[in-house]
Amino acid sequence: MVSAALAQAALPPGMALSVERVSHGFVLQDELLPVLQDIALDIEPGEFVALLGPSGCGKSTLLRLIAGLEPPRGGRILADGAPITGPDPSRVVVFQDPTLYPWRTVWDNVALGLEARGILKSQRHRVDQALELVGLARFASALPHQLSGGMAQRAALARALVNDPRLLILDEPLGKLDSLTRLTMQGELVSLWQRAGFTALMVTHDIEEALFLATRVIVFSDRPARIVEELRVDRPYPRHRDDPELVRLRQRILERLGLGGSW
Amino acid sequence: MAHATSSAGLPALELGQAPGRIDPVLLLAGLAWAGAAAVTLLWPNATDDWAFTEELAYLAAAAAAVLALAGLLPRAPGLARLRRAGPWFLVLGIGLAVWEIATAKLDLLPRPFFAPPQELLTVYIDDWPRLVECVLASLGLLVTGYLLGAITGFVTGIGLGWSRLVGYWVHPVLRLIGPLPPVAWLPVAFFTFPSSWAASVFLIALATFVPVTILTWSGVASVNSAYYDIARTLGAKNRFLVLKVAVPAAMPHVYVGLFMGMAASFAVLVVAEMMGVKAGLGWYLQWALGWAAYGNMYAALLITALMCSSLVTLLFKVRDRHLAWQKGMLKW
Repeated sequence: MVSAALAQAALPPGMALSVERVSHGFVLQDELLPVLQDIALDIEPGEFVALLGPSGCGKSTLLRLIAGLEPPRGGRILADGAPITGPDPSRVVVFQDPTLYPWRTVWDNVALGLEARGILKSQRHRVDQALELVGLARFASALPHQLSGGMAQRAALARALVNDPRLLILDEPLGKLDSLTRLTMQGELVSLWQRAGFTALMVTHDIEEALFLATRVIVFSDRPARIVEELRVDRPYPRHRDDPELVRLRQRILERLGLGGSW
Repeated sequence: MAHATSSAGLPALELGQAPGRIDPVLLLAGLAWAGAAAVTLLWPNATDDWAFTEELAYLAAAAAAVLALAGLLPRAPGLARLRRAGPWFLVLGIGLAVWEIATAKLDLLPRPFFAPPQELLTVYIDDWPRLVECVLASLGLLVTGYLLGAITGFVTGIGLGWSRLVGYWVHPVLRLIGPLPPVAWLPVAFFTFPSSWAASVFLIALATFVPVTILTWSGVASVNSAYYDIARTLGAKNRFLVLKVAVPAAMPHVYVGLFMGMAASFAVLVVAEMMGVKAGLGWYLQWALGWAAYGNMYAALLITALMCSSLVTLLFKVRDRHLAWQKGMLKW
């Protein structure tokens, strides 16, 4: 899957992203509610960046801008040096809700991107591979309502990965899963990312999750969101949750979020 | 899989389900039908000598024999549905006997408004070619108008849900015309269209069009916007968003519109045939009333009910196949 993308364009498998002084807001009752303020962020190809911050601070909005679902009100975002003007299958989003299409089988849901681009007929094997990758090969013909929450989220991940994204945008993808499934899928995400080499950008509320997965953790302030802290997590994978360095970083993030004494 | 298939069904109230035994309910039903047959044959008619009285008795006796046999052969294949309907057969047998006694035998109900069962039998035996012709005429009219209305309504509904331009021009028209009962157009339609048939097709199409349009529109409007976000980030263009996201997501609503449209189309069909068209079941009902042929009227009414019910059943079957992905659907 990765080699196919490489053959198409002589680019590294991961996308370089630069967010240049981006501001954004929503109009609520004729008043502009600022959501993002002067966000500047450079992401190297192949990085795994986690965005942490208080609930409702605008992290998800930033992801929507990067996905190209909305244009920013100020500043610009470059993907591999070119400004983002709209959605593109090289930048795929996995949302908190799996939002599988209930009328399609798991296989047809995963095939969605290929079908939308009109290349499904020649690329059917990629769907089977993606299902294999997330361990859902046996459920190809199941309908979404027959899946558990974890399985549905795996299917949503396969639906993203089948497109060989160069940037995988993860909007709290594990937020609604039970804690055991969540731990398992964190491990799976790391190994998928290591194997495929894409750039990953993930919003999460969970500090441990961010430290377990990411090479860099960006901490946001309350709305309007500003970047208040950037932490490199220079630990080898697979990481151990009790690693003293990770524990130290967690303490620092908690302090940054104003929760220093609570743990 | 997280979803367990429930095959438990109804536990306690399953009547006559003990396998390998005689089914008492079916036997009782057979007895009721035999009673109806005996009453019909042996009790002399009160005033008139109704035609086909003997034949009705023989038919009831045949039904009694079949029911009794089914009651004695509980393991025979294909009888499960018959067994489930056992209580119904019992009640219907009693009902037939009561009807026969109240009309032909005792003349308790005012004549000629209430016909005895053998009168219906007479109509079906003597007048069946005309009835078949009427059913075909009604079906032709109904299917033409319904399909026309359903297709235009579906397309208009998608247009309303998707395009501002279509919404700007169609929405006010729909608001004005939608609440008007389609039969109100009847006089206008009959002199603007070249034939009463064409006018009726138009009215049936209109009756179907309004609910299908509104429900398709509301279906498209209520599609989860995350479905579009997903498709757009995966590279979908507008055409794909309409045909592969909006339409399938709106289908449950569309079917509600199709059912409402079907009910409205039945009403218009019967009225249009009574008022102008010179064929069909509505015309037959009106014609029978004109001749005070109440037996013919009941016979035609029964056929109309069966036809409408069958069409609704057909639509349910189509929907169940099409929307098999949904959970917990209403069974017809």
